Amino acid sequence: MKSYKKRRLIFNVFRFNSETDHLPYYVKYEMEVSQDEVVLDILNRIKWEFDGSFSYRRSCRHGICGSCAIKVNQKPVLSCKENVFHLADMFGEELTLEPQDEKRAIKDMVIDKKNFWQKYSSVKPFLVAEVQSHPKKENIVVQEEADELDEADYCIQCGNCFYTCPVVNANDDYLGPAALLKAFRFNTDVRDENRSQRLDIINEPGAGVWDCVKCYECAEACPKELSPISKITKLHNQIFEDGKALNNVATRHAIGFKSSIQKHGILDEGELVRYSEGNIGVLKHLPEAYAMWKKGKIVMPWDMPKSKNMDEIKKLVDIASTVDF
Amino acid sequence: MSKLRYALYTGCTAKESTPELLKSTLAVAEALDIELVLLDEASCCGASHLQDFDDFLSLTLNARNICYAEKLGLTMVTICNTCQLNTSMTKERLDNDKALKAKVNQKLNEIGLEYKGNVEVKHFLYALIDDMGVEEIAKRVKRPLKNINIAPFYGCHNIRPSELQKKNNGGENPYVPDSLEKLIDAIGGNSIDYAHKNKCCGFHVELQAPKTANRLSGDAMLDAMDNNADVVVTPCPLCHLRLDVQQHNISKEVGRDIDMPILHLPQMLGLALGLFPEDLGLEHNITDINFV
Repeated sequence: MKSYKKRRLIFNVFRFNSETDHLPYYVKYEMEVSQDEVVLDILNRIKWEFDGSFSYRRSCRHGICGSCAIKVNQKPVLSCKENVFHLADMFGEELTLEPQDEKRAIKDMVIDKKNFWQKYSSVKPFLVAEVQSHPKKENIVVQEEADELDEADYCIQCGNCFYTCPVVNANDDYLGPAALLKAFRFNTDVRDENRSQRLDIINEPGAGVWDCVKCYECAEACPKELSPISKITKLHNQIFEDGKALNNVATRHAIGFKSSIQKHGILDEGELVRYSEGNIGVLKHLPEAYAMWKKGKIVMPWDMPKSKNMDEIKKLVDIASTVDF
Repeated sequence: MSKLRYALYTGCTAKESTPELLKSTLAVAEALDIELVLLDEASCCGASHLQDFDDFLSLTLNARNICYAEKLGLTMVTICNTCQLNTSMTKERLDNDKALKAKVNQKLNEIGLEYKGNVEVKHFLYALIDDMGVEEIAKRVKRPLKNINIAPFYGCHNIRPSELQKKNNGGENPYVPDSLEKLIDAIGGNSIDYAHKNKCCGFHVELQAPKTANRLSGDAMLDAMDNNADVVVTPCPLCHLRLDVQQHNISKEVGRDIDMPILHLPQMLGLALGLFPEDLGLEHNITDINFV
């Protein structure tokens, strides 16, 4: 007979009541956990077996409502989906349970998600289309067109990608991965008629796709494995495809790679900064450039190395380019 | 053990703004009896920006780079996390999509090349850890970095997305990476545990959003400082450029003085292997490497 495994684990749990507490505190709960329990079982057991005032969000228990997202040892999880043994294997016998964003805690695991929903609704996360009151035929989307959504329609708005995104934490204006994924989802829908306006929103410096740091934290955090960053990349592509790219430092930075590769094979770092910032903007980098030059970190234009077989690279840039600016 | 041989994709920064990275990599490889064949034909990987503009061009250029490692029949090693990401992501996409591979090969055929997908791509860190092994490295340590508190800074693109790293790189768990700690142990240093070791430095928005970049780097540096780090070590030259060259701007943004030496992975290793500062290009580092 297969033995049923149990382990004794300690849960170090973030506790806070914004109405009565000045500061949050952590309480340890020790319990025997069996091999098939998920984090949501632990949250339930804390409430039922230890402290009835313990608060957390939960609803469907089937990984579809997105309510029960929290962090375990800083790893964003969907409580109803994450096996506890799996986490103990990763982090050890003591697991720290915290809300998605401690700064926004209302009570224990429950946070104020207002910032998430505000960003989310700002990208018009719905299908915008003229709907006839008496349609004469079906509005058919063929499989290939549906595949273009790249499963972005599976997002359950749990907020894990948003609250783990370091840019959201550093810049209040940034829309964050969930809203950007949603913008992609409707921008890519053949029935939608709002693509242009949505691209204007997500193209905005400070708020849109150009502020993504490409850390892939969102891809790691998504319980539905939707890789929001890959949709952010596709939004960048849509901006160029639709001729929406503004002539600014961020777009020139992306385009500058092509001309540099065409000329040297490798990147001309100094020229990329000059091209991206412009002849006047580049001056603000002089202190760093001087410090680097003194340390032998700047290659002068006349010493710029080139890749071998440049003819191949030039030809490849010529024949494999698919986008113009 | 037969001699380890790799095709080295240096990336661009090692030939320009971080010459010390190339120098120290070659010096360490020699000290460890690893043969590195330079892929001088390779072009820039696009640094995760070219694909925002032209994804297909970026794929084709990266596939061409891999072709040259394939010609040599050697595993490609990278010394930049972002080169690693772009190259392995290209490999992953082409190896799993016949139509895309054919489309890319159609272009490559015009310059007499063909992408086959028969070599591995891994960062030098994992060539050291997984192919050579930390025991082997420990045996060659001549000057253990005893009593030095070393804070590992992993850099995003060697650990995330984890699915990709499992198949093509070290397979590190992005929430509990430990390869750098293993290496620090092997050379006798104290590794510092701090929450930001696997976080982002913000390099990729340095031009358009310097405030964000400085905030992210600053949070990491202060965390390392507050956990008594004497030095930070990173396998990524882009993280290095951020933390080393921009340290004064990071200090300004977070409002605290930061005076933290930043080493490239092979510079740290080289010191333990008994190499001299000049072999490792320490004179190129902007931050003062004051603990040597």
